[in-house]
Amino acid sequence: MDALTRRRFLLASGVAGAGALMAGTTAIGIAELLRKGDRAVAGSQGQVLVLVTLYGGNDGLNTVIPYADPAYHSLRPELAYPQEKVLHLDDALGLNPKLPGLKRLWDEKRLAIVSGVGYPRPDLSHFRSMDIWQTASPLTPIHTGWVGRWLDGTRASPEMAVSFEPVLPVLLAGETRAGACVSIGGLTLPEGIDAKMVAELGRPQPGEPAMQAQAATSYTDLLQVERLVREVEHADDADDKGGEPAVPATGTGGASALSTQLSLVARCVEAGVPTRVYSVSLGGFDTHAAEIAGHEMLLGQLDAALTSFVDRMGQTEAGRQVTVLVYSEFGRRVVANASQGTDHGTAGPVFVLGHRVAGGFYGEQPSLADLDNGDLKSNVDFRQVFGTVLDSVLQADPAKYIDGYQGEPMRFVPVG
Amino acid sequence: MTDDVALLLARAGFGPTAAELAVARKTGYAGTLSALLDPSLPDIGATSAPEPRLGMDPFADLPTPTNQQRIEANGIRDRQIEEITRWWLDRMTVTDHQALEKLVFFWHGHWATSVDKVRSPQLMLLQHRTMRGARDFVDMCHKMAVDPALVYWLDGQLNTKASPNENLGRELMELFMLGIGNYTEKDVKEAGRALTGWRVSLGSEACFFQPEQHDSGSKTILGVTGALDTARLVDLLLRRKECPRFVAARMWRRYASSSQPIPEPTREAMAEVFPAPRAMLRVLFEDEAFGATAGSLVKQPVEWLVGGMRQLGLRLGGLPAETLTTILKGLRDLGQLPFVPPSVGGWTAGGSWLTSAAAQVRLALAGTLATLAAVEKLTPDEVAYILCVEGWTDRTYAVLRGVKDPRHLLILAMASPEYLVT
Repeated sequence: MDALTRRRFLLASGVAGAGALMAGTTAIGIAELLRKGDRAVAGSQGQVLVLVTLYGGNDGLNTVIPYADPAYHSLRPELAYPQEKVLHLDDALGLNPKLPGLKRLWDEKRLAIVSGVGYPRPDLSHFRSMDIWQTASPLTPIHTGWVGRWLDGTRASPEMAVSFEPVLPVLLAGETRAGACVSIGGLTLPEGIDAKMVAELGRPQPGEPAMQAQAATSYTDLLQVERLVREVEHADDADDKGGEPAVPATGTGGASALSTQLSLVARCVEAGVPTRVYSVSLGGFDTHAAEIAGHEMLLGQLDAALTSFVDRMGQTEAGRQVTVLVYSEFGRRVVANASQGTDHGTAGPVFVLGHRVAGGFYGEQPSLADLDNGDLKSNVDFRQVFGTVLDSVLQADPAKYIDGYQGEPMRFVPVG
Repeated sequence: MTDDVALLLARAGFGPTAAELAVARKTGYAGTLSALLDPSLPDIGATSAPEPRLGMDPFADLPTPTNQQRIEANGIRDRQIEEITRWWLDRMTVTDHQALEKLVFFWHGHWATSVDKVRSPQLMLLQHRTMRGARDFVDMCHKMAVDPALVYWLDGQLNTKASPNENLGRELMELFMLGIGNYTEKDVKEAGRALTGWRVSLGSEACFFQPEQHDSGSKTILGVTGALDTARLVDLLLRRKECPRFVAARMWRRYASSSQPIPEPTREAMAEVFPAPRAMLRVLFEDEAFGATAGSLVKQPVEWLVGGMRQLGLRLGGLPAETLTTILKGLRDLGQLPFVPPSVGGWTAGGSWLTSAAAQVRLALAGTLATLAAVEKLTPDEVAYILCVEGWTDRTYAVLRGVKDPRHLLILAMASPEYLVT
């Protein structure tokens, strides 16, 4: 994603108007969040949903590859993977060679793939399409996200939904409530300024105005977060799970690698933090040019981060209550453009992973013989997918929070 | 009326210099208020920041651009967007008419339109000029309802008789003129119909009306029935009693308090002098309730940056490109870049500016400014004087006293909680 960075996405999202954010986002530090945890109750507080947003529009056709379809090879000869390189899932579809970890989870029946997910009359603007997914409102722009509305409806406290982003995504903004924004960027201070000075600046003063006190607290939080992130990264290095290269240039200013974000989620889950929904992200999927190399690097990061997270979560009772859902605002054009990349497209696959997940294919792979103006036709409305996790993971009534949700939930997270 | 001239200057403008504060103290509150809202002297400062001449939008004569043309035209747009952003921030810094400039910034946040979607720097600049030049709120509403940037931002160009789009109609009521709860969903739909038929022209930088796309049938909006069109819809909304009160409340939120609601007497007194924005501000600043909000408003990032530059005698004009990029990126990371509001609801306020992520960006940005300022000697009291901070808490004083390097002193002072709140 070059011109339109991930951060701008978040800022551009329709968090507006009378929504809860007008009153002020809750910005809390991870230390404060962890303090709310109680290991004794870890795992007994209900299931947890981790939403992984791939910003920029992931190329679904080169993620879950219809390798056996001659049309795949003839329509995008510059970008198509040869059959023998693809990690076969069945006799039609396979995973990108950079996703060996996900292939293993598939074999262990812990990965569900929902094929061909989109919405009617696709919008090809990043800005608008991401809004549509996060607000779950394809027709009318609205100011609340579906998780935000769930916070409203359950009268939840902000830490029930947490984002490890510098700015709260609209996903977590409700009408009267909003999720919490936990910053995890590494600490860099201007030359000559040290952590001790910042810590002193953060000391509250008796009698100072509330906003001034909050400004002071933000410095204390900055240091606490830094300390915890360092601990988490250090622990991960010791476990030999580190080594992920930095996210490629997304100009996100303070955002951090997906594996770091997921390590923090893991820590929070294991610590019995009451959070039910986590929002994490990986940016850079806007592969308009020289796609193969960039896309493979991102998929490699995604594979490593998701796999180690799901493995770690499998080791505790609390972790086994966690379901991960991976989505992007749209897929990409079937045919490559003149720059060995792809332009904005439509439907794509959604991944659902975790101990509770019933692995396998859901939905229906869009046909390459039946395109709409060169784009895939979606077979599954994304609201059915989000509705399913509301129903199966959050035990909420999907119709209450997603306008246009219809019928039965899908079966990728069996109840009970 | 409060005597707090420093509060008045901090809220009405982007942050006074020590010299301006000294003059204002001598002049007194009433005189300062008049000088702010009805300046009698010409704006000499602004003459050193002339509005950029952009020429035509690079896409205006490319109806079907090739890939290469698209890349080049987008490159031109990106440079021009940076140019107008830098220009406006520079003008905020050097203008003598601080309160009038701040009011333009207020309106930008009110009619919050983002170049992220509009893409055309020409249309953004046109909208900027329209807000700057509007006689009053009535004039502004009529012009904004057919402003090409706003219309495009809210999908007005897709709003046709055959397939109505309610986006612009809804926001006219919810966010621009009445406030939520003062209309029904039916009114929104009908307003959408009244607004049908406009298209945006990049070449002429205007909206043009296509009668065949307009729904000329009868509509009923807020109890008024007729073949309502854009102008009649705007007039109708302006006549609602909620409109002046809504505008008063929006001003209160930015100029007085984002956490306390506007007291009813203040709101009614401001509504009384609607639609003249300066008269409304005068009433606000003369109200007892305004003085009581001291210490409760968090500076917006643009206020913090522009105020700091003014106090340190810096300006963006003439800075090396690299430094400029660093500063604009810093503002973006703090969450407030002019011409890029996060949504049609405008920028946030209050505690949302005080995240730990922002704390780090602010320290870095203060570092950049302190380097540019190149001061040689400074004490904690002197830095309070320069930054127009009334006094340090014991905490901050202790931190400042502990550092010797004036650059470090400036960074910590600009990052201090005292400096972030007015």
